[in-house]
Amino acid sequence: MRNLLRGRLGTAAGFTLGAVLLLGVAPAVLPAFSLGLLGKFLCFAIVAVGIGLAWGRGGMLTLGQGVFFGLGAYIMAMHMKLADASLFGGTGVPDFMSLYGSGEVPGWWEPFRSPALTLLAVVLVPGLVALVLGLAIFKRRVKGAYFAILSQALAAAFAVFLIGQQATTGGSNGLNGFRSFFGFDLKDPSNKLMLYMIAAVVLLLALAIARQLMHSRLGELLVAVRDQEERVRFLGYDPATVKTVIYVIAAVLAGIAGALFVPLVGIISPADVGVIPSIAFLIGVAIGGRATLLGPVLGAVGVAAAQSSLASTFPSFWVYFQGLLFVLVIGFMPGGLASLPAAVGRWRRTPASASTPDAAPPSSTRPAAPDLPAPDPEAPDPAAPHPEAPDPEAPDPAAPHPEAPAKATRPEEVSR
Amino acid sequence: MELLIGQMFAGLSLGSVLLLAALGLSLTFGQMGVINMAHGEFMMAGAYTAFVVQQTISDAGVSLLVSIPAGFLVGGVLGLVLEAVLLRRMYHRPLDTLLVTFGVALILQQAARDIFGAPSVDVRAPGWLQGNIELLGAPIPLTRLFILGLSLLCLAGLVLLLKATPLGRRIRAVVLNRDLAETSGVSTRRSDQLTFFIGSGLAGIAGVAVTLIGSTSPYLGTNYIVDAFLVVVAGGIGQIKGAVIAAFALGVLQSVFEYSTTASIGKVLILIVIVMFLQLRPQGIFSLKTRSLA
Repeated sequence: MRNLLRGRLGTAAGFTLGAVLLLGVAPAVLPAFSLGLLGKFLCFAIVAVGIGLAWGRGGMLTLGQGVFFGLGAYIMAMHMKLADASLFGGTGVPDFMSLYGSGEVPGWWEPFRSPALTLLAVVLVPGLVALVLGLAIFKRRVKGAYFAILSQALAAAFAVFLIGQQATTGGSNGLNGFRSFFGFDLKDPSNKLMLYMIAAVVLLLALAIARQLMHSRLGELLVAVRDQEERVRFLGYDPATVKTVIYVIAAVLAGIAGALFVPLVGIISPADVGVIPSIAFLIGVAIGGRATLLGPVLGAVGVAAAQSSLASTFPSFWVYFQGLLFVLVIGFMPGGLASLPAAVGRWRRTPASASTPDAAPPSSTRPAAPDLPAPDPEAPDPAAPHPEAPDPEAPDPAAPHPEAPAKATRPEEVSR
Repeated sequence: MELLIGQMFAGLSLGSVLLLAALGLSLTFGQMGVINMAHGEFMMAGAYTAFVVQQTISDAGVSLLVSIPAGFLVGGVLGLVLEAVLLRRMYHRPLDTLLVTFGVALILQQAARDIFGAPSVDVRAPGWLQGNIELLGAPIPLTRLFILGLSLLCLAGLVLLLKATPLGRRIRAVVLNRDLAETSGVSTRRSDQLTFFIGSGLAGIAGVAVTLIGSTSPYLGTNYIVDAFLVVVAGGIGQIKGAVIAAFALGVLQSVFEYSTTASIGKVLILIVIVMFLQLRPQGIFSLKTRSLA
């Protein structure tokens, strides 16, 4: 009970500190340009919160978050294009349409003239797509690598679709050149500050929701599903429901982030939503610590900041660096920076065993049995894997499964 | 009729390219559980090998024949290095191999950009592959026929290797039961390395093949990798015959969809078909009968 109280107090204090930093200190200290950049990073951080839930806590390697990000972004962009056209153009037809298309607004654009419908759609469309997809995939127990590849194919198809529909989506140029945001002039610095503030508040809200989720029954189930899906099913829960709910939440967060990204950055194009940006969302999450609450946020902001400072001056170097980050972090530090203190502590206790991370060879080519149909004759009764069998998902002493320090004990109890 | 034959052949040709790209994957992903995102970049390496070989041997016919084994070697060696340096420690984390190899793919792509430049380069097809033959009135490009033949040859070679040689028997033994294979005196390390070498080498051959039908750019791999994975998933993990059926089915479907709608809508339709197919058979066309719950 005392721990719980201290945990709550600590969380509240941390939350307040974050709010003060984001809403008070940053706008006061940073120049307008940097603040705009930070706003963009915060959008990525909102996506990262969702990925942290789905991937870090739930084990769903979602490589298609760019799709939901893009849905939210394009919906917002369509609204802003239409609003601009009727405010400034007079004709009510977005500029690029008269250039490439028939000069008429297609029917499926029309709902987004209404600000209220747009805001609703930003949440509902990504959520519904994720719901349908999640139900179709998880209910049939498609998981692991299958799910990852399908979500990646979704991102690829989405980008190809956007590029192909130049007349109605702007093609590879995307949608850009916005002038107003719900009637506010985007050139006005005070409106830019407002946009940043909105992004910061949304991020704080997302963090609060994620924190509550992690400590809820659903959050416990989610970790249990990640570590031992079959056992959760035997206990009478439906893992598909748990996964679908979290997948939808992650998708909605990505959609909202996309909708904020458009007015802050001023452009959305297929290059922001395809396969590569979708995977790139993951690296920040991995660096920060995928299963922690704050790790994904800090990681995403850090990577985005590094990218914006390095990529323009050394584009070639940045790509090598990004590739190396994937290799080093995922390969050698799967818990991210959040796992460093624990790793150092372990290394101090047992320096010999920690120096050979691959000392224990895997017992089967496909040891992560929950992911793949493993014809594993060495486990005659798959219903009850005996405790001495190396459990692929259980925290490996040498290469620890990413785990929030605060939660390190509880998920283990579930899997025992 | 000509149209139908032309479309069917376009589909088969697309399918044969997919099959070439997916054969190697069905070894490394299907048999070993490693999700190698750099497989597409191994293809790219094979394609650039063909380009480099042609720079040294100007005769297009000879250079093509030299490129195929050279591409196999280049792809295979890249795979061997990747396996030895990184993947060896990650067999117990299959999902993470995807991200690590994605990092490798990024590095290889940028390396290709730095070495060969971002604009695409072209490999000349030899004279005896230029032109068409007529099949019931429909023109069939010889290059595509060559790729179809090459992919069937690779398939036959792979099946022979796995089913009829001691090496293949060892590979299959390790896949079925690593511990038992090891106790029986099979070197599982060597088997892993060989499997990865052959799988990656096949990617290299696929890369050489696609230089005949398109230009070579650092982004070549990204065009094929997602489709190749879909083939393996739809075919059933670890099932070479499933991959064959899935590759040709996807190829024909895609060319039909693209003909009746547009290329972009065709892509989306393909994905919908695959998701619906997995609703019916979550394990793909063929699946190993096991007692596992997955």
